[in-house]
Amino acid sequence: MKVSILQFPGTNCEYDTQHAFEELGASTEIIWHKAESIPSDTNLLVVAGGFSYGDYLRSGAIAKFSPVMKAVTEYANNGGKVLGICNGFQVLTETGLLPGALKRNDNLHFISKHHNLSVINNDNDFLKELACGDVVNIPIAHHDGNYFIDQDGLKELEENNQILLKYTDENGQIQNPNGSVDSIAGVCNKNKNVFGLMPHPERAMELILGSDDGVAMLKGFLK
Amino acid sequence: MIKAIVNVSLKAGVLDSQGKAVHHALDSLHFDGVNDVRVGKQIILKLDETDRTKAMANVTRMCEDLLANTVIEDYEIELV
Repeated sequence: MKVSILQFPGTNCEYDTQHAFEELGASTEIIWHKAESIPSDTNLLVVAGGFSYGDYLRSGAIAKFSPVMKAVTEYANNGGKVLGICNGFQVLTETGLLPGALKRNDNLHFISKHHNLSVINNDNDFLKELACGDVVNIPIAHHDGNYFIDQDGLKELEENNQILLKYTDENGQIQNPNGSVDSIAGVCNKNKNVFGLMPHPERAMELILGSDDGVAMLKGFLK
Repeated sequence: MIKAIVNVSLKAGVLDSQGKAVHHALDSLHFDGVNDVRVGKQIILKLDETDRTKAMANVTRMCEDLLANTVIEDYEIELV
């Protein structure tokens, strides 16, 4: 199992992501954004979190024109599995590989804390190790995590089981930290090979650091 | 040389939290009679192009590709 992890100027979660997947037994490689192809033995491509290009203009807006993104789009369109975490999610929506957009948190604050998430759909490679309704405790750390999609888009997400996770309390009741439409924390594309979420499962790998709920999430990709 | 002024703002049905916060601050300062506040950004481009039609077409493409995210934002272009 080979996990390739993208690195733009300003990415800062690539080494956490690398550590998390290596702990789970995967081999990893960090791919600099100037690369024009991604390794052919890649089983999962991760767009890691951070602040690519300083979030200038909009989060993810400039990264989408990095040389590597052509190869990423091609990889995704050929059915390759892609996971965008936090800024990676923003990059994937800007690129059009995922529907919707991420805007400034409703309360205008940068939010950095653990938050509970409920699994909404698990008929996909990412969350298949979890059951629908399971609640996981995963850190969030973002300024622009307020997921927006119009009503038609939302209906489509619901009909195709594309909503992966919603922000809730520990009992699975909706608790929305940032104003996201329908409290959405993560979605996938229609073909269920491109995934994006604002929370950081790679930061929830050990109980001593607050939660190991990220293990069950990331493990889905390795099976 | 043509100067293009691009104004980008959140679309009408998209909640503008910054606009709301600024509106609230104006209320606290007792500036009455402000109905609505929208916060956007202005991008000013100096173009080599001298043909206004071509300039408009170019800047429109820039907006669609990069300057605005049309999922949540509208843009207006003014050539001066």
